[in-house]
Amino acid sequence: MAVGLTLIFGVMRVVNFAHGDMMVWGMYLAFLLATGAGLDPYVAFPVCAAALFALGLAVQRGLVDRIVDAPHEMQILLMVGVALVLENAALVAFGPEPARVRSPLARLTWEVGPLYVDVARLVTFAVAIVLTLALWLFLFRTETGRLIRAAADNHEGALVIGVDVRRVYAVAFGVGAACVGAAGALVSPILPFQPTTGLSLSVTSFNIVIIGGMGSLLGAFIGGLLVSVAESLGAVFLKPSLKELFSFSLLIVILLFRPAGLFGKRLT
Amino acid sequence: MKPVATLVAIALLLALPAVLSGYALTIFILIFFYAYLAQAWNLVGGYAGQLSAGHAAFVGIGGYTAALLFERGVTPWIGMFVGGALAAALGAVIGYLGFRFGLRGFYFVLLTVAFAEICRILASNIEAVGGAIGLYITFTGDPRQFQFRDQRVYYYIALALMLSATGVAALVERRRMGIYLTAIREDETASEALGVDTFRYKMLAMVLSSFLTGVAGTFYAFQTFSLQPSAVFGIPLSVEIIIRPIIGGSGTLLGPILGSFILTPLAELSRQYFGQSGLHGAHLIVYGLLLVAVVLFLPQGAYPFLRRLLTKFTIQSRA
Repeated sequence: MAVGLTLIFGVMRVVNFAHGDMMVWGMYLAFLLATGAGLDPYVAFPVCAAALFALGLAVQRGLVDRIVDAPHEMQILLMVGVALVLENAALVAFGPEPARVRSPLARLTWEVGPLYVDVARLVTFAVAIVLTLALWLFLFRTETGRLIRAAADNHEGALVIGVDVRRVYAVAFGVGAACVGAAGALVSPILPFQPTTGLSLSVTSFNIVIIGGMGSLLGAFIGGLLVSVAESLGAVFLKPSLKELFSFSLLIVILLFRPAGLFGKRLT
Repeated sequence: MKPVATLVAIALLLALPAVLSGYALTIFILIFFYAYLAQAWNLVGGYAGQLSAGHAAFVGIGGYTAALLFERGVTPWIGMFVGGALAAALGAVIGYLGFRFGLRGFYFVLLTVAFAEICRILASNIEAVGGAIGLYITFTGDPRQFQFRDQRVYYYIALALMLSATGVAALVERRRMGIYLTAIREDETASEALGVDTFRYKMLAMVLSSFLTGVAGTFYAFQTFSLQPSAVFGIPLSVEIIIRPIIGGSGTLLGPILGSFILTPLAELSRQYFGQSGLHGAHLIVYGLLLVAVVLFLPQGAYPFLRRLLTKFTIQSRA
C-alpha cells in the first residue's frame, strides 16, 4: 500500500491525503464483489486495482493536474477535500458499521512445526511481494516506467526531451491508486474496516513512507515491515487502544530526526 | 473596512438577539464561535502560512483544563486563562520542534496532526479525565461559574470572542509582526536573508494562536456541558477550524469571519437535513467539494474575490 503512496509522492511531489480512503474504497469494492458476485477477494483484487486506477486517473486529470505548480499547501488542501468526499461517500453508501469480507482461505491455518501460520496472511504477503516486484519491473524495465522516473527526476528536463509529462503523471497516479486498490482488496478478509478506517490507514502509510524515504520503493517495502513489527510489539506491551499512540509517536520522532527516511533524499 | 461600516455591522449584531428565534440564535452562536477559532488559526495558518492541522488539540486542552478545575472548585472565568496558557504551552512545544527542526509544508501538517492525535488517544485512555466517555459538567446556571440560563448571554460572549480575536489579528496585521509573518509565508528563505527572525515570529504567532484557541475550549465546555475526546481533540474539529479561513480567505482580516458566515449555517442546515434522512456525513461531502472547488477556482478564498468584485462594481458605477 505504501508502495503506491511513495510512487505518487516520489514522482509528482503531491502528498496524497486521500490514500487511506482510496484503500477503504478498494476494500468496499472487494466486499461488494464478494457479497454480490461471490468472488473471493484473492481472485477479485485485479478488478479493485483496475477500478482504483480509473479513480486515480480521474482525480489526477480532473483536479491535481490543474494545480501541480501551485504551492504545496494548496495540494494538501485539495487532497484533504478529496479525502473528505471519499470517506463520507463511503459512510453514506455503506453506513458506519464495520464490515469484513469472508473468504474460505481466511479460516485456514497450516501447522508448521510449533508454529501456526495463517494462510490468508501468507497469501497476502506473497501477493504483496509479487506486486512490489512487478512495480519495480514496470518502473525500471519498461518505456513508460523510464518516462515516469525521468519526469520525477527532472520535470523540465523531461519536458525538454519531449515527454508528455501530464500523461506520465496521470499514469503514475493511476498506478499508485491501483496499488492501494489491490492492497485494500487483499487485506479485506484479514482486517475489519469501516469508512473511518481510511484516516488511520493514511497515517500508517505516511509513517511507512516517511520511515522508508519518500519516493523509494525499497524504502517503502522495508518501512512497511518495520512499522508493522513496531506496531505489533507496541500492541503486545501496551493496551491495544494505545497502539496508535505508538505509531504517532514514531511518526513525530522520525519527522524530527530523519525526515528524509532511511532510503530517501530530503525534499526542499 | 471603513470604521463606519464596522460600527454599523457591530451595532446590527448587538441588536440581533432581540428578533432571533431560539434556533437562529444557536446558529449565530456557532457562527461566532467558529469565526473566533478561524481567526485564531488565521494568525499562524493564514498570515504566517504555517498549516497547522492539529488546532483541535488546543480546544481540547483548554476545555479539559477548565472543566477539571471547575470540578475542583475553580471558576471557569479563571480556568479559561489557565486552559489558554496550557494550550499555549503545547503550541510552544509543537512550534519549537516544528520550526527548530525546519519542518515545512507537509511535514509540519503531519507533526501537528500527530500531536493532536496523541492528545486524543491519551485523553480517551486516562480514566482520571473521564476516559473515552469524557467529562460532563453539572448545570448550575450560575453566571459566576460561566453558566447561563439565557442563550443570549452565550451569543454576546461568542460575539465578544470573535471581535476580540479579530482585534488581535488587526493589531498584528498593522504592526511589524504582521508584515514579517506575511514575508515568512511568501518566502521564508528570502525574509530570513533580509534579517527577519523567522523562528521568533513563527513562535509568537503559534503561541498567540494556541492561547486564543485554548480559551475557546472553555466556551465549548460550558456551552455544551460535555467534553468527549473524539469531539474536542479529533481531526474533524481541526478540519472545521481550518476550512473556514481557507474558504473565506486566509491571511485576511475578514476572511475567517466571512468563511464562518458561509459555512456554519450551511453545515448546520445540511447536517439537520441529511441527518433526518439518515445520511450522516453528507455535510462533510459538501465540505470536501467546497474545499476542492475553492482550491481550484478561488485559491485566495472568497473574501479577496468579493473585494475585487466590489471594486470593479464601484468603478463601473462611477464611470
